[in-house]
Amino acid sequence: MVRRIAGLARIQVAEEKLPGLARELSAILGFVEQLSEVDTQGVHPYTSPVETQIKARADEVTDGGYPDDILANAPEKDDGYFAVPKVVE
Amino acid sequence: MTQDSDLTRLTLAQARDGLRAKSFSAQELTRSFIDRVAASDKLNAYILATPELALEAATRSDKRLADGDARPLEGLPIGVKDLFCTSGVRTTACSDILGDFTPTYESKVTENLWQDGALMLGKLNNDEFAMGSSNETSAFGPCINPWQTDDKTPLVPGGSSGGSSAAVAARLGLAATATDTGGSIRQPAALTGTVGLKPTYGRCSRWGIVAFASSLDQAGPIARTVRDSAIMLTSMAGHDARDTTSADISVPDFEAALTGDIRGLRVGVPQEYRVDAMPSEIETLWQQGMDWMRDAGAEIVDVSLPHTKYALPAYYIIAPAEASSNLARYDGVRYGARKPGADIDDMYAQTRGAGFGEEVQRRLLIGTYALSAGYYDAYYLKALQVRRLIAQDFEKAYEKCDVLLTPTTPSAAFALDKAQADPLEMYLNDVFTVTVNLAGLPGISVPAGLDANGLPLGLQLIGKAFGEEELLRAAEVLETAAGFSSEPTEWWNAS
Amino acid sequence: MTEKTNLIAGVTGDWEIVIGLEVHAQVTSDAKLFSGAATTFGAEPNTQVSLVDAAMPGMLPVINWKCVEQAVRTGLGLKAQINRYSVFDRKNYFYPDLPQGYQISQYLQPIVGEGEIEIDLEGGAVKTVGIERLHLEQDAGKSLHDQHPDLSFVDLNRSGVALMEIVSRPDMHSAGEAQAYVKKLRAILRYLGTCDGNMEQGSMRADVNVSVRKPGDELGTRCEIKNVNSIRFIGQAIEHEARRQIDVIEDGGKINQETRLFDPKRGETRSMRSKEEAHDYRYFPDPDLLPLTFSAEFVDDIARTLPELPDDKKKRFMDDYGLSAYDAGVLVSEAENADFFELAAKGRDAKATANMVIGSVFAGLNKAGLTIADSPVQAEQVGQLVDLISDQTISSRIAKDVFDLMFDEGSDQGRDPSDIVEEKGLKQVTDTGAIEAAVDAVIAANPDKVEQAKAKPKMAGWFVGQVMQSTGGKANPQAVNQLVLAKLGIEDQ
Ligand SMILES: [Mg+2]
Ligand SMILES: [Zn+2]
Repeated sequence: MVRRIAGLARIQVAEEKLPGLARELSAILGFVEQLSEVDTQGVHPYTSPVETQIKARADEVTDGGYPDDILANAPEKDDGYFAVPKVVE
Repeated sequence: MTQDSDLTRLTLAQARDGLRAKSFSAQELTRSFIDRVAASDKLNAYILATPELALEAATRSDKRLADGDARPLEGLPIGVKDLFCTSGVRTTACSDILGDFTPTYESKVTENLWQDGALMLGKLNNDEFAMGSSNETSAFGPCINPWQTDDKTPLVPGGSSGGSSAAVAARLGLAATATDTGGSIRQPAALTGTVGLKPTYGRCSRWGIVAFASSLDQAGPIARTVRDSAIMLTSMAGHDARDTTSADISVPDFEAALTGDIRGLRVGVPQEYRVDAMPSEIETLWQQGMDWMRDAGAEIVDVSLPHTKYALPAYYIIAPAEASSNLARYDGVRYGARKPGADIDDMYAQTRGAGFGEEVQRRLLIGTYALSAGYYDAYYLKALQVRRLIAQDFEKAYEKCDVLLTPTTPSAAFALDKAQADPLEMYLNDVFTVTVNLAGLPGISVPAGLDANGLPLGLQLIGKAFGEEELLRAAEVLETAAGFSSEPTEWWNAS
Repeated sequence: MTEKTNLIAGVTGDWEIVIGLEVHAQVTSDAKLFSGAATTFGAEPNTQVSLVDAAMPGMLPVINWKCVEQAVRTGLGLKAQINRYSVFDRKNYFYPDLPQGYQISQYLQPIVGEGEIEIDLEGGAVKTVGIERLHLEQDAGKSLHDQHPDLSFVDLNRSGVALMEIVSRPDMHSAGEAQAYVKKLRAILRYLGTCDGNMEQGSMRADVNVSVRKPGDELGTRCEIKNVNSIRFIGQAIEHEARRQIDVIEDGGKINQETRLFDPKRGETRSMRSKEEAHDYRYFPDPDLLPLTFSAEFVDDIARTLPELPDDKKKRFMDDYGLSAYDAGVLVSEAENADFFELAAKGRDAKATANMVIGSVFAGLNKAGLTIADSPVQAEQVGQLVDLISDQTISSRIAKDVFDLMFDEGSDQGRDPSDIVEEKGLKQVTDTGAIEAAVDAVIAANPDKVEQAKAKPKMAGWFVGQVMQSTGGKANPQAVNQLVLAKLGIEDQ
């Protein structure tokens, strides 16, 4: 399980750390398991403390045009692009 | 310099008034703090000091002060938690994965502070990505609490805003910015004898603050007094069109709300916070707090928050789930420290495996699991439903009272490494604070006394949504009644 | 109902293809869905990128309301259910051109629910294809894999551009139906002004879900062919994929549910390097964005501004102008084309105008690779040309020449037809005396042909042709015909 989740989260976990991590995770999951005691039948999920109408923007170009800032912290860049190890599709 | 003329002893409000009265200059004030910061390496509160920038800003402030053009925080030096993006100044969230990330932009909250004339002494330590309650998960190493017991064991300053709390307690800044997702302002404040204010969700813009859990994160100040917190919040708060969860309401002058009069205020005491194994001195302090409030003219009422027990489990699903998504952007592509890999996916895994510390990895895995196919309903959806029940508990309680009074933490500052062995035990630190984040309410921790070992303890007041004025008013009364005046011995000062 | 003609023969009997399409249509807007960066095509890399689009730490999305309106408008155009409460979710996966590590999309509660599209099949038949949903989402950036031997390059200009994902029901059963669906959808979007439908620039692309089954059987396992970016390729991809699946099954194999790529060079689909766990997207409501809510009035206000859509326009063209279903269908395929026709046909013979618009204008534009907006000949001029034919100033044959002069590059391009006819003396000769003389001359010169024509009346056409030639095409063809028949003593048939 830990290996699969770590793969999904793209986190390299050293082989020897897997058992310990599995123990910790199952302890945490055991702890949160108490939620199942709560009767939540028909309770609307709470996704944000804000309950007002979503606020929106007008369709105006107000941003962009600073490629140097966008690329300023890039670990690797080339010719105005971000560069990454070759992706094979 | 004699103790009395030590400008770092001033509160933020006193420093402000002193500058206006031309008793000293912003450069003098700033230099005092820069010198103290330079001598504070043992605390590891600052992970990046920016004295030149501070002095430049102080020079500009002196000009404005001389011109009678002073802004509300003109010339006041403060520290900034490393979760706030600061333009041109390295920002890492105390994680290796950000490498030497240097934002080209300024967070809204710090921008507000600079526009009001405050100036930055440097970036403060915190738990990596604000995940922790002891500041021990920082990639820069732990921050140490200025407070010690007689045996001189290094203690944690709390977390995640441990650098902020330690810096304020050690007078390494007049105040500090901090963030609170499950207690990260209030708990470290309680453990360092400082005041920590987590405003209502939406009071401050989250724009430019490294996100941990979007629906819980909120910026706020850690300061020496309630008044200083009120002054800080007045500048930090405000609507920001770039954060659509920030509240489009005007910001009152919170300092003006401190009338000292709480007659008739109904102070609720939630029965469910009387947890098992609560140290008796905390129990006693809590009782004392009720007495202080009653003596000041408030009415104490018993209230019930029946789902309190489920707040921590809900939090430890919701926060990691949101974090697992929020931290997906740290992939070594556009910024941060990349680690080579055999292919793109391996590059991601190596970068994230090396760049994230253990606690962050644990939470990302929990969060990923809680959202994954087949588990979403049982974990994430369930937690969101429980979260609503918790929020409804508060709504009901506020039919009977105006503010709530609780302890801030279940214990005083503890030794380094103490909770490392068991992450769950560390999570219990948030037991009194996390409900407030879940319900999006404002909360404040006020130093209220010392434990048997001479370590500070805090009491927490919880307000109604956007009820910060009432909350601060009550907090100042509590602060006055408690008369907390102890200070840590300066064992760390290298000068 | 399945048309028999759609079945594909296999070794083990006939097979039916089942096709569903997920079309990604770029919302027409100046700025991106959640940032103020521009959306124009073809800019220098990473120049139309905001801090939000690059997912810098601490950045937050703010929705562009125009994009919401465009989605509602499109939903109304698809006769679909508009959901006044919808939710933005995060779809989590890792890819270098997905800066946030998640795509903001809509999962369980999309902005638009069920609708339908009527597609026009060959032979004038019409078929209804169900729309399952339409949701708003962000586009990703662009990865370039062929610029460097061991690096891929990432350009985030597209990152965060608003897309509508329009999901059909699996109601189509042939490549032709799928193509007709995309054509119709594109026409509707263009009419609405919600997507420019420009497939070459990537503003419209389709994920094609294909499965095969024996008629009457349960649905087979489907494969999704990703990001097919032309109507022709959609047809090729479906045909290849259906054949492949049939071959696999008939060889005793099983179809794996997988994502495939269409390779236009080879005209075939191939499996994408599959990542088993990559499909656990861990959708959850985006805590940075509140639910999208709006009033019934908001929807009604948009509904009031909807233009006449292709189906209604086609029906009106057939009813009001007496056009055939085919002609009407061709004319309404683009709103601008239909407008051009209506302008040209105003106050004159609509059928003749339709013929001229389709046969000359569209054919000419098509050959020249131009759109109606760039047409050298204006609608009013086409109308004038039709008038010149109907008042017998020129023959249809001369009209073709005149049109070419008006259309083709040269000194007469864009001129009014009457000026050209006048100047070049192209007016039709209706003077019977002059025509008679010409007929007499041809008869006198060809006594042998006269004999043949008497035996074989069809030969009369040869004489007509000769007369037309000798008059430079200007003689009235009816008059010539009548005179030739009379002079040859052939009964008018
Ligand atoms: Mg798809
Ligand atoms: Zn999509």
